[in-house]
Amino acid sequence: MIIPIEHFLTVSALLFVIGVFGIFLNRKNVIIILMSIELILASVNINFVVFSSYLGDLVGQVFAMFILTVAAAEAAIGLAILVCFYRLRNSIFIEDANTMKG
Amino acid sequence: MSENFKFITPELFLVVFNLCFLVAMLFVKSQAILSNSNKISAVALLTTALLVYSNPVDSDPIINGFYTSNEFTAFFKILILLLSSVILYLSDAYLKKNNLLKYEYPVLINFSVFGMMIVISSNDLMTLYLGIEIQSLSLYIIAAYRRDNLKSTEAGLKYFILGALSSGLLLYGISLVYGSTGSTQFHIIYNSIMYTERMLGLQIGMVFLLSAIAFKFAAFPFHMWTPDVYDGSPTPVTAFMAIVPKLAVGAMLAKVLFDVFGGISDKWQMVLVFLSGGSMIIGALGAIAQTNIKRLVGYSSIGHVGFALMGLAAVSPEGLSGFIIYLFLYSIMMLGIFAFILNMEKEGVLVADIYLLAQYSENRPGASFAFSLLLFSLAGIPPLAGFICKLYVMMAIINSGLMYLALVGAIVSVIGAFYYLRIVYIIYFSESRGNLDAKIPAGHLLILFLSSAAIVIGTYNLLGVEPLTRLAAESLLY
Repeated sequence: MIIPIEHFLTVSALLFVIGVFGIFLNRKNVIIILMSIELILASVNINFVVFSSYLGDLVGQVFAMFILTVAAAEAAIGLAILVCFYRLRNSIFIEDANTMKG
Repeated sequence: MSENFKFITPELFLVVFNLCFLVAMLFVKSQAILSNSNKISAVALLTTALLVYSNPVDSDPIINGFYTSNEFTAFFKILILLLSSVILYLSDAYLKKNNLLKYEYPVLINFSVFGMMIVISSNDLMTLYLGIEIQSLSLYIIAAYRRDNLKSTEAGLKYFILGALSSGLLLYGISLVYGSTGSTQFHIIYNSIMYTERMLGLQIGMVFLLSAIAFKFAAFPFHMWTPDVYDGSPTPVTAFMAIVPKLAVGAMLAKVLFDVFGGISDKWQMVLVFLSGGSMIIGALGAIAQTNIKRLVGYSSIGHVGFALMGLAAVSPEGLSGFIIYLFLYSIMMLGIFAFILNMEKEGVLVADIYLLAQYSENRPGASFAFSLLLFSLAGIPPLAGFICKLYVMMAIINSGLMYLALVGAIVSVIGAFYYLRIVYIIYFSESRGNLDAKIPAGHLLILFLSSAAIVIGTYNLLGVEPLTRLAAESLLY
């Protein structure tokens, strides 16, 4: 049985939307934002692999590999900045990131 | 294959130098070399610029279609390399004073510049993405460079979150473009757009791509990170972020629009009109209430991005060359502005409040005059160079029949003149005294004067850059 491409695309679009809303609606915790970013990247990876498989073209899968690598580096940098922030502020709540306004 | 390597010698040189420098500095304990690490890296950047200058150009994509090397890329690369070496030099005094002199700073700046070179030269969405990531990952770190300072880490955190979101948008857009056209290479996408049936996926992908680039460019609906990040980051980092990535992202945007989506310019023109008009308005209105000069520069850069985008929205060779001229002159003016801001000190501490500039002209008449000249130019007062480049993009947009956008630009630059001229007023006519320290290092003073001399000479011949931009625009279009 061949699953139509629309089903995959719907799943990845849903994941993407959940990720974006996770960033904008979440009012609590920066860790949740990092998780939402990973979710967005995962949805993009699904997209690439599905397109690659349906087009019979390997480039999409290579791209997905690159995204996995870069996502790891990005998460590492994000966590490092977050640790610095926690040391100074003793909190990782978003509402505490408020020294600058206007 | 080895034939292709001659095209990427500048990039290879820069990244190999950078890696060697990073490893070597782990073992070097000599204070003399450490305190000169910025200058050594600046020399490496200048050498790279020389290599780019002597590099051959080729109108066809190289390295299996992943890369290009033409007049357009050479122009932007040389500009970026020169500007970032000057900024490295400018940062030195600040870093020494605040005990921030570590060799990681020039390494990160150089990595970021390397990423920008990749972005500018890329001919494939994959290289484009990797270049953007190299550039922004380094920028996230140097935004949080003062890790014992709450504002700096907060700026880094905000920049990271929004930057990562924009990378996500970019990737989603790329995946849709790839799915609808079957390739990630610019020239193949360009050709297959004519025959593709999946127009909807392509257009959605294009909008995602453009919004991600607008994020990096700090254009209107995605500008909210700019003032906070500019305010929180250490001032030399702000100088770097306000000048150099703007050029790289601008080059990338022009490339994506004309090289990838050139066939459907009717589809993206309205998007650009929206981005441009919105940025100009936000830039002018947002800056009125600001008294912190770094936030003010942030809003002013949003407004200038709007003006530059006007050139792209014209969809013509004339508009494209206006866009390049605008970015060029903007970066020259900003260099002078930051050479001044980096020396706004009171009792040895860097301050950013514009009211502390009160009667600064009595302490330093020369520097005040040069700074005011730059502010006049940013406001677009004729006949300075800042006016000429606004004129270029406005003429292009009027010739394309989008009169109302030019009208918005004209009105907005009147509003914008208010906050630039307010600073001039404070410097010359304010009644109180700000008592800023009057010390400015000779090198900084030289850059300030050169930058303001450039905008005066630029009124006559645009520093001879006009034929170069026309050449660059032509190599992108044909």
